[in-house]
Amino acid sequence: MSATTREPERTTAPPVRIDGVSKAYGTGGGALLALDKVSLSVEPGEFVCILGASGCGKSTLLSIVAGLDRPTLGTVDAGGARVGLMFQEPALFPWLTVAGNVELALRTRGVPKAERRRRAAELLAAVHLDGFGRKRPHQLSGGMRQRVAIARALAQDSDVLLMDEPFGALDTMTRDLLHDELERIWSERSLTVLFVTHNVREAVRLGDRVVLLSSRPGRVVEEFPVPLDRPRRIDDASVAALAGRITDRLREEVGRHGA
Amino acid sequence: MEREPAKPGTPATNVLERQIAGLDALEMANRSRPGLLRRTWASTWPVLAAVAIAIGAWELVVLSGWKPTYVLPGPAQVFPQLGRDLSESSFWAGLGLTMRRAIIGFALAIIAGVLLGAVVSRVRFLRVAFGSLITGLQTMPSIAWFPLAILLFQLSESAILFVIVLGAAPSIANGLIAGVDYTPPILLRAGKILGLRGLALYRHLILPASLPAFVTGLKQGWAFAWRSLMAGELLVIIGHHTSLGVRLEYARENIDAPDMIAVMIVILFIGIVIDRLFSAADRALRRSRGLDPS
Repeated sequence: MSATTREPERTTAPPVRIDGVSKAYGTGGGALLALDKVSLSVEPGEFVCILGASGCGKSTLLSIVAGLDRPTLGTVDAGGARVGLMFQEPALFPWLTVAGNVELALRTRGVPKAERRRRAAELLAAVHLDGFGRKRPHQLSGGMRQRVAIARALAQDSDVLLMDEPFGALDTMTRDLLHDELERIWSERSLTVLFVTHNVREAVRLGDRVVLLSSRPGRVVEEFPVPLDRPRRIDDASVAALAGRITDRLREEVGRHGA
Repeated sequence: MEREPAKPGTPATNVLERQIAGLDALEMANRSRPGLLRRTWASTWPVLAAVAIAIGAWELVVLSGWKPTYVLPGPAQVFPQLGRDLSESSFWAGLGLTMRRAIIGFALAIIAGVLLGAVVSRVRFLRVAFGSLITGLQTMPSIAWFPLAILLFQLSESAILFVIVLGAAPSIANGLIAGVDYTPPILLRAGKILGLRGLALYRHLILPASLPAFVTGLKQGWAFAWRSLMAGELLVIIGHHTSLGVRLEYARENIDAPDMIAVMIVILFIGIVIDRLFSAADRALRRSRGLDPS
């Protein structure tokens, strides 16, 4: 494997501060409150998983942090860090090759043409897709496409990577391998990751910290530090034990809506 | 299980690399397409069969004696006439005139359709106001435009081109509008995250995303253009060469039924060939994006 030429050291990057963010859709009596005074601070290089059942506004929160959406109240301050966002779908452009998709991200950042090809090849190698650059996205498997999406997000040179259930549509074997892959990339590049999921074990497998959100409206219920050594496996007993505790808390929260 | 932090080159990373490569190899579907010859044959023989059946049915109608053969000649009279036509240089000159009109008219229709589609798809107010009107224009039979066209431009090339543009431009505009409208929202979100704005957003995302719908609009626009042109050549008889439409009209006046049907076959043939070219472009485009159902 070729090491990248540039070793990103971003210890000086500021934290991401989400401060009292509320989001309401509609106005007046029919307004739906999606997020209710969510506050969260993510340290540089930290891997934080946001966990919640349906309707907790996880995706809304990420959209707001990414700047795609505005909060009704409150502020988000990423301290000028570059923010990349990944979805459950890879959302690759089907008319471009795999390398072309990565190169477009470099292009919008103003990387000169001569350098783009080389950088794209490096980024694809970083997600173990060397040799697939000339394929079209539809010729790859779902897991491979999602890795292209990771390469594209990395191409933006983001300090903060927001991931909205990125592995939710993958089979478990592919997903487990991508957990390893993501963990490696995160530690090599000292990224800050904000990872949304509804899979408790996935959250514990990956996160330094798991933030549990309530549903309708989304509120921070509790934060769970994950004091387990890395690398972890999703079927480790320690992962399962903590996941069990968090699941209990999550069910309690969901149960409030059944009453 | 390795419990060291995974660093490039360590056993843990190599294992992960191998596992990922293995899964990729298993998941890469190796769908091979049949060869070009086979595909061509597979799409050609039904056409040939249909042509044979049509000619057979035609011959049967002629044999039944429903109409005298000077009114409805059979294939045995028409095809030799078609052969004679194709060996005449004046026929080719006339065909050249017709195709020149078709190409100029269609090109103008593309320009008009793209401008119209671009403006209407960008401006919300115009979309509400003109969106359904454009679709409505498509239902207007092109021949109904000719009285106005002749008043405006007299019996001239411009009258014919005017009607071709009016016939074809709405379909082309509609294709573009549909393409822009149905750009997948998830791709738009991805584009925003990548920092695509303004002109770059159109160039790198919206235009390529709308290309398949645009090609469909072109194909439909071509069909309208060709019909309008033939109607125009029957009504607006001008030019130094006898264009296809004029030749058709003269054949009728001279009660030369074999020549009339021979010209009709040429008109049909050209329409079908160009339609199939658009279809092939459409299929190739969809296949390259993985939208091909087969």
